[in-house]
Amino acid sequence: MPRARRRALGAPALTSGLALGYLSVIVLIPLAALVAKATDGGWHHFWQVAWNPESRAALELTLALSGMIVVINAFFGTALAWTLVRDDFRGKKLVNSLIDLPFALPTIVAGLTLLALYGPTSGLGINIAYTRAGILAALLFVTLPFVVRTVQPVLIELDKEMEEAAASLGAGRFTIFRRIIFPVFLPALLSGVALAFARAMGEFGAVILIAGNIPFKTEVASLYVFQRINSDDTTGAAALAVLLLAISLAVLLLIGAIRRWATRHDR
Amino acid sequence: MIGKYAVRFTALGYLAVILVAPVSIIFWRAFEHGLGPFWAAISNPYAVHALKLTVMVTIVVVPLNTAFGIACGIAIVRHRMPGMGLVNAIVDLPMALSPVVVGLALYLLYGRDGWFGGWLFAHNIRVLFAFPAILLATLFVSLPFVVREVVPVLREIGIDQEEAAATLGSSAFTTFRKITLPSIRWAVAYGVVLTTARALGEFGAVAIVSGGIAGQTQTLTQYVQASYENFDLTGAYAASVVLAGLAITTLFLMTMLRPKEERSGNRDA
Repeated sequence: MPRARRRALGAPALTSGLALGYLSVIVLIPLAALVAKATDGGWHHFWQVAWNPESRAALELTLALSGMIVVINAFFGTALAWTLVRDDFRGKKLVNSLIDLPFALPTIVAGLTLLALYGPTSGLGINIAYTRAGILAALLFVTLPFVVRTVQPVLIELDKEMEEAAASLGAGRFTIFRRIIFPVFLPALLSGVALAFARAMGEFGAVILIAGNIPFKTEVASLYVFQRINSDDTTGAAALAVLLLAISLAVLLLIGAIRRWATRHDR
Repeated sequence: MIGKYAVRFTALGYLAVILVAPVSIIFWRAFEHGLGPFWAAISNPYAVHALKLTVMVTIVVVPLNTAFGIACGIAIVRHRMPGMGLVNAIVDLPMALSPVVVGLALYLLYGRDGWFGGWLFAHNIRVLFAFPAILLATLFVSLPFVVREVVPVLREIGIDQEEAAATLGSSAFTTFRKITLPSIRWAVAYGVVLTTARALGEFGAVAIVSGGIAGQTQTLTQYVQASYENFDLTGAYAASVVLAGLAITTLFLMTMLRPKEERSGNRDA
């Protein structure tokens, strides 16, 4: 058996080795170079650079906006998933496909479309260019699919009979939601908002045309990093970039933990 | 009953305001003066060059990341080795990372003072602000898609058939070609579509490392940005419509491939 097994699995050392080598060249070595650059003046210097007022303001604004993204997506993403699973209307298939459009559409085009409708040339009498509301709209556009696509499969698999059984036993709609739907729905929702949060923290293409890059006002973290590179201050850029990298890693670890917690009964 | 309609109109209203209306307006803006100005804008030599560059990058990136995606998927699922959990986590990183961070990392590595840049500059090999850097940036950001589609399917199908084939004397390569590949082909196809979309649309990482010189290292997404900032709205809208057209084609392919994938019994495991 062990011999057959090894042959069935192909040549583990070769495929794994090639995959690891590729991963190192494309992802790991560049990121290592980034961390090395940010910390080559020592950790104390790193914090001083990363925590300068403009960098800090950019990070705080990005965190605040991403927090709002979480709340808004939790609400509307759930409503959309619910509509697609439990509701029925003409054109539902089309709406279902449209949800993925932000994944397929280049981010720079996403930003431009919002400016075309809500920007300076808008016929609606509103102008979101160079405002925080504009950045929020851009972030909502690009994060739209995450919650819908994590919550939707859970709602599909959720047993309608269990809800009906609970109702026949006298449970109210609120109790059904809290005791039957919520426990399976919560991990999916948390994964979805975590992905949306990570995306909002790092988004660049969709906001670059809208934000106008005004320091302390509309300069989000990615724009600050970009502007530092253009000013030839790679140390300043690298410092905030490393903080963004740490946040991304933390979110991924969190999503992994949520997944393990959600499947704890399956194992 | 009222509750159901309230949820429906809230959800669809939100979708219309955030997504559908803005994307529709861009088509209207691109064609509001007819086909003539649109065609003039899109056949301008800089736009044509940008489109060619974007397509060329995509043609190189997609096969590389597909081959990696399949190999890495097999390595993660089939070869339980120490450190594979870490590999699994690293593969996800490009999805959660800001493209600006990716661009900066490559900029530092291949820049004049970088670990690789010094040697490359000494030997007169141009990576930064040239085609190789655009390629590396796009490879980085589109790396996870095929892996992420292939891994759950490989878990699902198990190794029984592969083992049976091996017992009957099939070589590793034959087993892969006849048993493994047919069962993951829809997942691979779906991953390829996602990789293509990301490669065509990448902006942030490329913006930092390409230099964005019109007619040389400017991709189509950068052409959109440059046109908008030079007040050439017609050019920006026209190039955006081309990109949106490609995105909608992608979407169509995704919708076509998704049911097949689900029919084979694969739910995100």
